Amino acid sequence: MKRRNTIALLACLATVPAYAGEAALKLADDPNAVLVRARCSICHSVDYIQMNSRFIKREGWEAEVRKMVKVMGAPVAEDEFKPIVDYLTRYYGIDQ
Amino acid sequence: MTTRRGLLKNALAGAFAMATGLAGRLAHAALPDGSLRSQVLESLSGKKPMWKRSFRPPNYETPLEAFGDVLTPNDQFFVRWHLPLIPEVDAQAWRLTVSGAGADGEHSFTLDDLKRDFEAVEVVAVCQCAGNRRGYSDPHVPGVQWGSGAVGNARWRGVRLKDILARAGMRKETLEVGFAAGDRAPLDATPPFVKSIPTWKAIEDTTIIAYEMNGAPLPHWNGQPARVVVPGWVATYWLKQVTHVELLTAPAKTFWMSTAYRIPKGRFPVDDRFPTQSSDASTPITEILVNSIVTSPVAGATHRAGSPLAVRGIAWDGGAGIRRVDVSLDDGHSWTAAALGDELGRFSFRSFELIVPAPVPGSLRILARAINTRGVAQTEVLNFNPAGYHNNVMDVVTVTVV
Repeated sequence: MKRRNTIALLACLATVPAYAGEAALKLADDPNAVLVRARCSICHSVDYIQMNSRFIKREGWEAEVRKMVKVMGAPVAEDEFKPIVDYLTRYYGIDQ
Repeated sequence: MTTRRGLLKNALAGAFAMATGLAGRLAHAALPDGSLRSQVLESLSGKKPMWKRSFRPPNYETPLEAFGDVLTPNDQFFVRWHLPLIPEVDAQAWRLTVSGAGADGEHSFTLDDLKRDFEAVEVVAVCQCAGNRRGYSDPHVPGVQWGSGAVGNARWRGVRLKDILARAGMRKETLEVGFAAGDRAPLDATPPFVKSIPTWKAIEDTTIIAYEMNGAPLPHWNGQPARVVVPGWVATYWLKQVTHVELLTAPAKTFWMSTAYRIPKGRFPVDDRFPTQSSDASTPITEILVNSIVTSPVAGATHRAGSPLAVRGIAWDGGAGIRRVDVSLDDGHSWTAAALGDELGRFSFRSFELIVPAPVPGSLRILARAINTRGVAQTEVLNFNPAGYHNNVMDVVTVTVV
């Protein structure tokens, strides 16, 4: 699974055209920012995250990430789910 | 959010709105902070600057100034894609294939075939994203945080879909007509963006496969070389870079039909039905609700006291046509009908104008409310739904008169 994801990821990096301006987008500094960027930006620029802030609660971000995995096929390993949701909730979400 | 504070806030807002007209309800609509920070006026290739909502897939919103014309310029027409890999299509090599259980075999048409073998027709129609104005939802809901510019009006030229369907020998068992397009996701697992419409809508005279927009070939970002145009219905069905038409004898069961782009049943004043896709609780979003925006003056503008102030804007709906646009300068206590501009067809934007002869110094709050020929008016209060669709709350613009 992990290996397949890596291959898929490399394939994407090779084929997704760079859109002007995307490279300059900055996510909140945190050790998990690299993981979030790696998984989410396979398919979309990270301004999707910025644009949807800050009004989503933890369960809302959980639902978003779950949708990306279950519906869109995002290659997120089981042990990556919580760090991603933690990061999105902390920097781009709201407390309960 | 149903907290005690939320309930109290709503109760107070309700009381305030009753006491002061609509002011309390209308003043708070704003994009999320994060949207305001991440938006930027930026140009895609071939386009003038528009509000960037996301770089990839590209989602760009028409700036308010572009709505001064009833026909929205191609180079400022909003851009909305679901999947990030958008091919550069060679119009000569492009083919539209038509097949499916409801078709008599497989058919393929070149762009020249469409232009040569079918009658060309034109329709002026509003293309509006289902989520236009989602960013003003209160409370905010996830999704592309559009302001009021995920909408545009154009003169579309192409061929009737029903003529193509007839050529493909469409059988009476056909329940839905589906569309597929050229855009792709990087991951194979991502569902392709395919949509379908009920057969009754597919065979309306005004539903077309368009290859021109405002007298020019479609811009790349708006679906070159050909797109589906479904006048009256929201843009989710207007597939860009359409490559395939599928005649379905069973309802499509896909994420984009069964889960996404659905509204709670009975919540909105819509007439168009999509029975093969409806469940007990929800139904696909169909026609555009009556709506309008004030394009001039703009919010925050300053105006000289005593000099005439022209309030201008555009109004539209899902094809019933605009009967009237009312303007209020006293928070909804009294309304005056604005003058309507020329009608370019029942699916088109309709311009309106009301001259305020001599505004007095102070803060002037302008409300506009469109009413269609069925007597349906824009709402005073948001009809909240979790996907943020169908926001047709009346517009409010506050200016300072000095």
